[in-house]
Amino acid sequence: MKFETVIGLEVHVEMATKSKIFCSCSAEFGGEQNDHVCPACCGMPGMLPIVNKNVVNLGMTAGMMLNCHINRTTTFDKKSYYYPDLPAAYQTTQWFAPIAVNGTVEIETTKGKKAIRIKQIHMEEDAGKLVHDDWTDTTLVDFNRTSVPLIEIVSQPDLSSAEEVVAYLERLRSLLRFAKVSDCRMEQGSMRCDVNLSVRPEGSQVLGVRTEMKNMNSLSAIVRAIEYETARHIDAIENGTEELVQETRRWDDVKGKSLAMRSKETAGDYRYFPDPNVMPIVIDDNWYNGIKNSLPEFPEVKKARYTAELGLSDYDAGILTDSRALCDCFEAALTVCGSAKEAANWLISDCMNVLNKKQLTADQLTVNGKALGQLIKLVTDGKVGRGNAKKILEVLFETDVDPAVYAEENGLIVSNDTGLIETVIKEAIAADPKAVADFKGGKEKALMALFGKCMKQLKGNCDPQVLRALLIDEINKA
Amino acid sequence: MKNVYLDQMILTTCCPTNAGSKMLESYVSLFNATVVEKLTAAGYEIAGKLPVGEFAIDLVGETCFHGKADASPLRDAMGGLSFDVNGAPRRVAAQNDLVFAKPTYGIVSRFGTIPVACSGECVGVTAKTVADCREILSTIVGKDERDGTMHADDVCQKSVNGCQKSVKRVAVIQMEADDQVRAHLEAAKTEMAANGIEICEIDAGVIGAAYAAWNMLMCAELCNNVSRYDGIKYGYRTKNYKTLDELYTNSRTEAFGLTLKSAILYGSDVLSTKNYMAKYDKALRVRRVVVEAFADIFAKVDAVMLPACSKMSYTEGDSPFVENKFTAPASITGLPAVVIKGVQLMGPAFSDGTLLDLARVIAKEGK
Repeated sequence: MKFETVIGLEVHVEMATKSKIFCSCSAEFGGEQNDHVCPACCGMPGMLPIVNKNVVNLGMTAGMMLNCHINRTTTFDKKSYYYPDLPAAYQTTQWFAPIAVNGTVEIETTKGKKAIRIKQIHMEEDAGKLVHDDWTDTTLVDFNRTSVPLIEIVSQPDLSSAEEVVAYLERLRSLLRFAKVSDCRMEQGSMRCDVNLSVRPEGSQVLGVRTEMKNMNSLSAIVRAIEYETARHIDAIENGTEELVQETRRWDDVKGKSLAMRSKETAGDYRYFPDPNVMPIVIDDNWYNGIKNSLPEFPEVKKARYTAELGLSDYDAGILTDSRALCDCFEAALTVCGSAKEAANWLISDCMNVLNKKQLTADQLTVNGKALGQLIKLVTDGKVGRGNAKKILEVLFETDVDPAVYAEENGLIVSNDTGLIETVIKEAIAADPKAVADFKGGKEKALMALFGKCMKQLKGNCDPQVLRALLIDEINKA
Repeated sequence: MKNVYLDQMILTTCCPTNAGSKMLESYVSLFNATVVEKLTAAGYEIAGKLPVGEFAIDLVGETCFHGKADASPLRDAMGGLSFDVNGAPRRVAAQNDLVFAKPTYGIVSRFGTIPVACSGECVGVTAKTVADCREILSTIVGKDERDGTMHADDVCQKSVNGCQKSVKRVAVIQMEADDQVRAHLEAAKTEMAANGIEICEIDAGVIGAAYAAWNMLMCAELCNNVSRYDGIKYGYRTKNYKTLDELYTNSRTEAFGLTLKSAILYGSDVLSTKNYMAKYDKALRVRRVVVEAFADIFAKVDAVMLPACSKMSYTEGDSPFVENKFTAPASITGLPAVVIKGVQLMGPAFSDGTLLDLARVIAKEGK
């Protein structure tokens, strides 16, 4: 018999807000243990939740990016369960009226395009982290992550292979990073997913017994887990190796096996109910349209525009549109310098070089695009040498200065003083008669040595064409 | 000297706040409640902490873990702040000839109060005179950015201090109570009539059954709110455990009293997937019906009067989940209530000042 796999995903994404969802603690990743905590996020009595408006903004943005309907009245609910990493013994989440419902995400695989339906997106708070101390054999709790805002994106069971799951996750990642909802870093846990999987005979309309693998946080592990779990289900159905039960399983990537965690019978009742301390959030037209108008172009739309309208190569446009920060910087630089090709080159080679040196990702680019545009213009106008421009670029990574002013103040402007250039050339020729003789004898390289010395003496502030011409003139005279 | 007691539900950094429970016997808060900050900023002294029944849901403080709470609590102080979850401060005031004002929901900050039934509980004021009660209440009202359920500041202020409506008609809600309580109601009626106020009687209708819905909402919220006391982070921890489940179960079994446990069980059942629609959701609908019933009443009269309790002292076996039929209407609707001379007055939202004026008439107190 042929089987098909039916997969639905619940994807958790940590939102890129500065503070937590209901208090003003930092939501940043890392920090000393229990550094980002206050009485509110460690569950002490007496604190009341105040909703971080930016969380709602990002929730709405995510909903719009995934073509969802936005619930104009959205509410928060309490979900009760006991675990030491959940200090109030309830998680505030959205159960009855989530921020967004009924969306679609289009994916592309080797089998072509396919629309994956989104059931809902809801906003909620993250839990803390348990840290086991082997030395004292105790378990300690770190509440830094408690109440960091999340969105959970629940898909319909429309996915049917590991390849589709990977395409879906990559598409989500691209859209959410582009809309600045999250940095979606699986390795830091800011994007993780629960895989719900069942198998059924091909063509059947009845769903099989479903198992859920929780907290998967690497694409390769997800692929292995899906393949393992699919085979296990088929084996159980065809050969009766075991009885399938609806349960939560944990994927052990080292052993390459999924293990039962808890079955439906022992699962707790979450006893959801509306949180009376958080008033329903009503999104008026003004608020809604403000978010709608701030949505970025989809990456593929941008890419098409960059190649068709701006004449960039497919490759260059692809690199730029992989990151919203690169696109923003590129577009701002373009308005100032006017040359798409130049702006793209500076970003793809020079800016990327600096980022690599600093071990940063493209999303972490901090250069002001307008300043980059001015810098490019200074170079194309022949006012600043390319070498010096690269030095100024490094400064732009640190502080937002005006490149023209910086170049002026630091003596990096190309000099038109031919008198000075001639003096420097004469000194260089006098100091190295061998190089002069070599050049006259036909060794082109000798000219480069003299050229380099002069350029160094002039601190780079000389149009290379002018210097070269004057240098050859002077050698011929000598 | 203006000195005020706080009850054991209002968090302070100066001394422990125990919620009347062994669970929080030595718990000291890291912050003060907003109402405490407002009082001290206005020059009040905090006289001390008054005991409460465990998580303030009992009749008159009888479930407090270190013995019954003092029945006549104010002693030499000007007044006290009491957390009104299930009407206990209203019953204490009615039975001890004190004044108690339960404000309109959302005009006094709940920041820094131990949460039990957040959708209806509030900080109220106990005092010996209506004038003192009004003075303390007007000190603690006002918008607090740390409580997301509050009304705009001018709305809060006007409720107590704005120009009040003169009361012309009062309806007495017919509810069963003993002779002593009835005598208090009659005395109040006489006093109001002598001041030209028209009195009429109305049937309790759905209002008389509001407590059943309030018990569901209160216990459901309580069950959720007291779940945080799990023996892990602070509060009582059992010595008798090997597993995480035993740590939870034994800490809570040993520290919580019987009344609280029954409320937890009932609330948990109300919220279960099996019962949610039939119980919790239905109770929310009843809440709306009760709010509408009061709106109809207040379209015709300026205030209502009803008992605050069925009798003037309790005996073993009296249940706070039945006796709250007199206090639940104000709790479930968030409407203001004032207890004066053994009776309870209720008015429309933001009529707190008007009710205090009416209380002054009943108490024959000068301006």
